[in-house]
Amino acid sequence: MLELKIKGLKRDIVEFAALVETMIEKSVKGLLQRDEKILREVIVTDELLANEFDIRIDEQCINTIAQFQPRARDLRTILMILKMGSDFERLGDGAVSICKSALYLIERPPVKALIDLPQLAEAAIAMLKDSINAFIDEDSESAKHICGRDNFVDELRNSIIAELTQIMLKDPTTIERTLRLMDITRKLERVADLSTNICEDVIFMVQGRVIKHGKGE
Amino acid sequence: MNKNQVQWLGFMFLSLTMVFILLVLGLILYFIIARGIHVISWEFLTQVPRRAMTQGGIAPALVGTFYLTIGAIIFALPIGLACAIYLVEYYPKSIVINIIRLSINNLAGVPSVVFGLFGLAVFVRFLGFGVSILSGSLTLGIMILPGIISATQEALLAVPQSLREASLALGATQWQTIRKTVLPTALPGIMTGVILSVGRAAGETAPIMFTAATFYTRGFPGSIFDQVMALPYHIYALMTEGTFPERQTAIAYGCALILLILVLLISAIAIILRQRQRQYGTV
Amino acid sequence: MEQYDNVRIRAEEVRFFYGDKLALKDINLPIFENKVTAIIGPSGCGKSTFIRLLNRMNELIPNTHFEGKILLDGVNIYDPDVDVVAIRRKVGMVFQKPNPFPKSIFENLSYGLKVNGIRDRHYIEERVIKSLEEAALWNEVKDRFNESALRLSGGQQQRLCIARCLTVEPEVILFDEPCASLDPISTNRIEELIENLKQKYTIVIVTHNMQQAARVSDYTAFMYMGELIEFDRTEKIFTVPRDKRTEEYITGKFG
Repeated sequence: MLELKIKGLKRDIVEFAALVETMIEKSVKGLLQRDEKILREVIVTDELLANEFDIRIDEQCINTIAQFQPRARDLRTILMILKMGSDFERLGDGAVSICKSALYLIERPPVKALIDLPQLAEAAIAMLKDSINAFIDEDSESAKHICGRDNFVDELRNSIIAELTQIMLKDPTTIERTLRLMDITRKLERVADLSTNICEDVIFMVQGRVIKHGKGE
Repeated sequence: MNKNQVQWLGFMFLSLTMVFILLVLGLILYFIIARGIHVISWEFLTQVPRRAMTQGGIAPALVGTFYLTIGAIIFALPIGLACAIYLVEYYPKSIVINIIRLSINNLAGVPSVVFGLFGLAVFVRFLGFGVSILSGSLTLGIMILPGIISATQEALLAVPQSLREASLALGATQWQTIRKTVLPTALPGIMTGVILSVGRAAGETAPIMFTAATFYTRGFPGSIFDQVMALPYHIYALMTEGTFPERQTAIAYGCALILLILVLLISAIAIILRQRQRQYGTV
Repeated sequence: MEQYDNVRIRAEEVRFFYGDKLALKDINLPIFENKVTAIIGPSGCGKSTFIRLLNRMNELIPNTHFEGKILLDGVNIYDPDVDVVAIRRKVGMVFQKPNPFPKSIFENLSYGLKVNGIRDRHYIEERVIKSLEEAALWNEVKDRFNESALRLSGGQQQRLCIARCLTVEPEVILFDEPCASLDPISTNRIEELIENLKQKYTIVIVTHNMQQAARVSDYTAFMYMGELIEFDRTEKIFTVPRDKRTEEYITGKFG
């Protein structure tokens, strides 16, 4: 019975993850293609769906804990799903805020050609997808591997921020638009950070070993 | 004296009591066997008595005891069973049932000679059955009735309530529950009680003295209105009547030995049944 | 909650007396179709008394008195013209201690059909096998039909009792602390069984084991000193109970 409940919870969290992925993808796509319709869709429709998922997963986790008193790995899994739920909710909020910035940007002339940003988005979303897969497969090895990819994303972000800073210094009239771009960059980098968190949690779930905050290495 | 010594003394006393009881039992057996064994033969068991009891056998007495006992059971078993089932299974538990139960227990304590007198007054005289197998059987039946009722009651009460509930919960009626679950489960216990009552009926003298038994019949009884010879009464008669007291005494011991063996056999059957019930594990 | 599920049994203003002691005080409780309803509460709260009213088992106890109504599909089972035997066939019961008859396994299972007048040997065998399968006992006893039921283990005996109850095709099954005398593994199997049985039957279970109620039931009723304190969906009772006494009981502060 508990097994079934956990299965259901996993299915829900995976659906939630898929929703958040598309929200981020859509927000970047809307920005690049200057498509207002897509951006509004994320803000109006998807956000509501995300909130519903968040509430439902919270409830299900608490009910399952109250009803079944899960222990050991079952308990770790449920606690992790609970945490992932609130992480995804924040990512969803992030996607919404990217969309809002994008709506501001697409009404104005572009500061620069966006080349690195889509690359960053792609890398971060790929990390998110892979970390979810690691969670589904309970694969702590690939989880460990994914954590390593965070450095690449960090470097990419640093170079984008540096470039944007240069643009601001050269032409102060771009400051408002450039700040929005910086914000979007940080939001995308958060996706990679949270993916790293998920991978650490997968390792905790599978091996019961804490590796975050530099522990256990 | 420390407590271990006290315990030792206690056990010592208990052991001595046991030895005493076994001694008494052994003495009884010894005397009866020693004095009775030499008159017992195939002829003794199968022949009618001849020459004023001093020759021949005791076959009519054996047959008479058999008839009387069977008659008593035929009469007492259905009534006793029905009464016990009614009291345990149907009757609403109340003060009335306790009074009835008390009466039955009191009936068990009535001396057997009183039953004899009752039988004489009611069956022999009032109902006009005369001194006969019928009167004797009915009298014996009434005497063993309380025993059968209380043994059956005990056996029924020992059937766990949970079995009754299981049966009723399946949609069985109360009667189906009694017939198909309670009675089969209680049967070994009931049989034990019945067989012990049979032993008692076979061995009693007083109830049949005025109602059925006679000192001598020429052959075997032909109908239930005939008088019969019976083992316990035969022993009594051999010791108190007749023309050759010395020779009769030896025969009386032979009869006593036969009666003893008979009663022991019946008790043994009861013990075996109880043992089987335990193995069956009805609890 | 009632708009989603069908009410199968409804207790209305139920009061029950042992002598002149009031054991149940105005109980109102719905039992939903194809759901597991658990009744929990400390010893002596009246939960067993209540469940035994649902198939009129308490009538066997002398000097008791019932007031109120228990409606099964809208019909009061305490109406004078209602046949108690028919009610008990419709509302089966599994008891606290496994109580197989001291008969063979097959006789245990054919008993219910026979007392209900079924003679067709073929049909009886079919029902027996079906019930054993439903009770997840078939594999363990299929070669042992003529053995005494008392030779089965405690957990097997209890599953036999469940199978025995299923043979007469009841619609509601009452479980009166079915795992009280069983070890954890047998308990687990019975719980899984209950979970499966609810597809087909409406189930009421009395248990003093809160965790068990939480695991197996869809609805939970909490009783205390003869009163129904709270009734709700199980997850509500175990996460946000409304009554302080429920909260104290399920958090182990009393009982």
